[in-house]
Amino acid sequence: MSVRNVVHENLYFDSVALMRVAASLDDRPGIEAVSLVMATDANRDVLSDAGLLTDEGRAAGPNDLIVAVRGNEAALVEALSDADAALSQPWSPTDGTASPSHAASPRRLVGAPEGANLALISTPGRYAAAEALKALRHGMHVFIFSDNVPVQQEVMLKQEAHQRGLLVMGADCGTTILNGLPLGFANAVRRGDVGLIGASGTGLQQISTLLDSMGVGISQLIGVGSHDLSAEVGGLSMLTALDALAEDPSTNVIVLVSKPPAPAVAGEVLARAAAAGKSVVVSFLGSDVRAPAPQVVVASDLREAARAAARLSLGADVPAVEAPDLSPLVDTLPGRWLRALYAGGTFAYEAELLLRPVLGAISSRVERYAPGRVPRLPDSHLVLDLGDDVFTSGRPHPMIDPATRIEFLRAAVRDPASAVVVVDIVIGHGAAEDPAGALAPVIAEAAGSPTAPLVLAFVVGTGHDPQNLGEQEQLLRDAGAVVVDDSTTAAEVAGDVLTKIGATR
Amino acid sequence: MTSTSPLLSEEPRVVTAGVELFADALAAQAVPTTQVDWRPPVAGTEADLAVVMGDPRRAASNRTALERMLRSTAELVDVRPAAEVLGLQRGQFLHAGPPITWERASGPMRGALVGALLFEGLASTAEEAEARLVAGDGIGLEPCHRRGAVGPMAGVVSPSMWMFELRDEVNGGTAWCSLNEGLGKVLRYGAYSAEVIDRLRWMTDVLGPLLQVAVRRHGPIDVKGIVAQMVQMGDEGHNRNRAGTLLLLRELLPDLIESGSPSREVAEAVRFVSGNDHFFLNLVMPAGKLQTAAAAGLPGSTVVTTMARNGTDFGIQVSGTGDQWFTGPAQVPEGLFLGGYGPDDANPDIGDSAITETMGLGGFVMAAAPAIVRFVGGSVPDALRTSRLMYEITLGENPAYAVPILEFRGAPTGIDVTRVLRTGILPQINTGMAGAVAGTGQVGAGLVQPPMECFTGAIAALAAAVGDDD
Repeated sequence: MSVRNVVHENLYFDSVALMRVAASLDDRPGIEAVSLVMATDANRDVLSDAGLLTDEGRAAGPNDLIVAVRGNEAALVEALSDADAALSQPWSPTDGTASPSHAASPRRLVGAPEGANLALISTPGRYAAAEALKALRHGMHVFIFSDNVPVQQEVMLKQEAHQRGLLVMGADCGTTILNGLPLGFANAVRRGDVGLIGASGTGLQQISTLLDSMGVGISQLIGVGSHDLSAEVGGLSMLTALDALAEDPSTNVIVLVSKPPAPAVAGEVLARAAAAGKSVVVSFLGSDVRAPAPQVVVASDLREAARAAARLSLGADVPAVEAPDLSPLVDTLPGRWLRALYAGGTFAYEAELLLRPVLGAISSRVERYAPGRVPRLPDSHLVLDLGDDVFTSGRPHPMIDPATRIEFLRAAVRDPASAVVVVDIVIGHGAAEDPAGALAPVIAEAAGSPTAPLVLAFVVGTGHDPQNLGEQEQLLRDAGAVVVDDSTTAAEVAGDVLTKIGATR
Repeated sequence: MTSTSPLLSEEPRVVTAGVELFADALAAQAVPTTQVDWRPPVAGTEADLAVVMGDPRRAASNRTALERMLRSTAELVDVRPAAEVLGLQRGQFLHAGPPITWERASGPMRGALVGALLFEGLASTAEEAEARLVAGDGIGLEPCHRRGAVGPMAGVVSPSMWMFELRDEVNGGTAWCSLNEGLGKVLRYGAYSAEVIDRLRWMTDVLGPLLQVAVRRHGPIDVKGIVAQMVQMGDEGHNRNRAGTLLLLRELLPDLIESGSPSREVAEAVRFVSGNDHFFLNLVMPAGKLQTAAAAGLPGSTVVTTMARNGTDFGIQVSGTGDQWFTGPAQVPEGLFLGGYGPDDANPDIGDSAITETMGLGGFVMAAAPAIVRFVGGSVPDALRTSRLMYEITLGENPAYAVPILEFRGAPTGIDVTRVLRTGILPQINTGMAGAVAGTGQVGAGLVQPPMECFTGAIAALAAAVGDDD
C-alpha cells in the first residue's frame, strides 16, 4: 500500500462536488481510501489524521486542491487519472425534469385544486373516514364507495356534514347520479323529474332503469349508503338529500328506497317526506310502514315503486307488462329447488321477501364455501347474495368480475335437484364490460341436457349503457335463458313455477 | 339546510382518492377530476388519527400556530455568557436533543461533555472528566430546549460559553444559541483536544466580548431579514450558511472596527467569522426556536414545534402536548464522507439544528440551495422534488422565506403530525455527521429523516389528550 497526493493549483470545487468524486473512486479494488479536499489548514489536518497526507499535499495552499489516495500502485495510477478526468468534466443535469412547473400528483385531498366540490373516496374502509372528514372541512360533498367504515365514524362524518350543509353519500355507497354525472355504478338513464334517494345501490339502479323504460327520466339519484337508515346513523344523509330534492326545481317526484329502516328512523323520514311539498314514493322493502299523508305513496317492491313514480310523473297509469306464462315448462323440469344467484344484494333481499310466503324455508348461505372449489348447493331452496363479504373477501364484487358467480351457476345448472335458476345482470358505468357474455356459455352448455333447469334472467340497464340492454338480453336468450324485465317479476315468475312443481310432486 | 342544493346545480369538480377505476371513468366523461396519489397512513395509527382529526379544537389551534409562526420575528439583541442569560451554574451543562444520560450518550456527545469539563476547569484530563461524568459527581445535564436555547451537533453549552440572544418582539419570545466554532476538530462534533479547548477560550475571552460590544453599538440586527435574503442567495440555512454569514459580517463590520478593541483582535475575529461558512447557522437556529416556540402549547394543535437529536435518540415536541418528548432511535445519515472516513465511522444523527427544518428551512428548502443537493449523489430535480414533497406535510407557506426556483413560493412551514402519518412522508433533514468515536470530529455530511416512532408516539398522546378541557 502506498499513499499519493496530487495537487491541482488554484482549482476550486465545493466540498460536495469533491466528496462525490471521492465516493466514486473509493470502492474500487486496490483502493483503500480516497479524499479530495481544498488544502485548507483544517483539511490538511484531516488528511494527516487519516494517514493520507504526503509532502506534496503538505506544501499546498488553501486555493489548491489535493487529491489523496491510498492503495496499491496500479490502482493508484488509475484512480488519480480518473479523478483528473472527473475534475475536468463539466457537470450537466441528468435529465430534463428540473422544470419547476412539473408538479407531482397531490398526496392529500386538500392538495387538490381550488374549487373542487366533490370528493370520491374508495380507499380501504378504515382509512375512508379520515379522508372524508378532510374533504368535508374543505367544503366538499363526499361520495364514499368504501365499505367496512366503522358505524361511529359514519355518524361523526354525517354530523359534520350536517353542520356544514354538505352531503355524505355512503359509506358503502354504490351508486349516485348528480346532474347526469354517474358516480360509482350507475346507468345511462334519461334526464327527467324523478329524484331518487336510496340506501340500496342495486335497488336505485333497478328503479331508475325501469323508469327509463317507461319513458320517465330522473333528476338526481342519490345513494346514501347501506347503513344510513340504521338506528345509529339515523338517516342523516337521507334527510339531507330529501331536503335538497324538496328544494330542487328540477325534481317533481321523489322516490325513497331502502331495506327496512330502524322503526324510529322510518318514522322521521316519513314525517319529513310528508312535509316535502312534493309527491314521495316510499319503498322500504319488507317494512310495514303506512303512508302518513296523501302525497306519500308506499310501494311494496321495486317494480311497484317504479310504476308509482312513473304514474306521478306522467300523470297517467303505466300499462303493466305481462309476465311470461311458464306453466308448460313445469313438467319438463327435473328438480324442485330454487337457485337464485344474485350480484345485487337488494334483489336477494326482495326475492326472499316475496318467495318465503309461497315457498316456505329458503336457505341464504352455502356451507364450507372456498373460492375455486365447486360450491356445494343445499338440499333446499337457495337465495344467495354473491356480493356478500363471504364471497368478496379478496375477490372483486360479482358486478365487476363474474368468476365467483360462474362457479355457482355451473354448479346450479349441473345439479339435478335444481328446478329454477335466477340470475341478475347489472350493467352500466362501473360494471363488467360484458356480464351476460360471461354467463351465457355456462347457461348454453346446460341447455341441451335433459336435466337442465329453467334459467330465469333479468338485466338492469338501458339501451344507452355501454353494454347495451338489448344486446345483453339477446345473449342470454340465445343461450337458452328466459329473460324478464325486472327483479320483482323474476321472483314472482320463479315463485309461480316452483309452486306448481311443489303441488304436482 | 343551507347549501346542499348548490351541489345539484353546480358543475361537479371531483377529487378522487382510492381505486383508479373511478377517476378513469370520470375522466372519460370529461369531468374535471384530480386523482390524489393516496397511500394508506402509517400502520397502527388509523384509530388515533381518526380521533385527532375529529378533535374540534384542532383546526383553530393549528391556524393560530401557523399565524404565530409566520409573524414571528428574530432580532439579534445581545451576546452574553450562558451563566448570565441561562442561569447555568458551575457543573451544569446543556446538550442537544431530548434528555440523555451519560450511560446512553453517544461518542460525540461524551466527547463534547468531556471537552466542556476541561474547558470549565472541572477536570484537568479527559480521564478525570470522564470519571466525573460517570459518577455524575456535581454534574447536571439537561436539554438546551428546556431553557429556550438550541445547540448544533452535541450542542453542549457550559456556563462560560457566550450566547447569541435573539428576541421575537411580536410574540414576546427570547432564544439563545452558542457561537459557532467552525469546522474540523470542534467541540460540537465531540473533539476535545487542546486546540479545541484553546479555541473555546479565545471565543470566551475575545470573540464573545467583541461581538457584544459590536451588537450593542449596532442595535438589534434583523436576523429574519438576513435569513430571507440568504434563501434567495443559495443558502438553505442548515448545511449552507455562506451568504448569511457574509451578510451578518457586513452588518457588524463597522461596529467591530469602531469597537475600540485592538485592531489585531478585530482582525482575528473577522478572519474567524469569514473563514467559517457555518457561523450564521447559530443565528438561523435561535430564529427557528423563536418561530416554533411561538406555536407551542396550543391544546389540540398537531404542529411539530421541535425536532432535535442527542446522538442516541431523535425527539420531537408537538404544540398540543407541550414539552413532552416523543423519541425513537436516531438514524445514521446517508451522504458523503471526509478524508478516509466511511459510513462505519459515522455517529447517528445529532444536534438541535433540525430546528431549521422545523421552521421550514434546511432540507425543506433544498430547492433554494442547488449547490448542496449532491450531498447524497442527488440532483437538482431531487432538490425540487424534496421541497415539493415537504408541502404535503406542512400547514402553510412562509412568504418571508421565498424560494426563487419554485416561483417564489414560501417555505413549507408548520409540520403537521397528522399529515406525516397520513402520507408516510417524513421530514427531510440536511445534516453534518459526527464521528462515532469521542474526539474524532466531523466525518461527513448528508441527509437524514426522523424515525417514524416519533410521530406514532405523538399521535397516540394527541389522541389521548382529545376531550381534555384545557
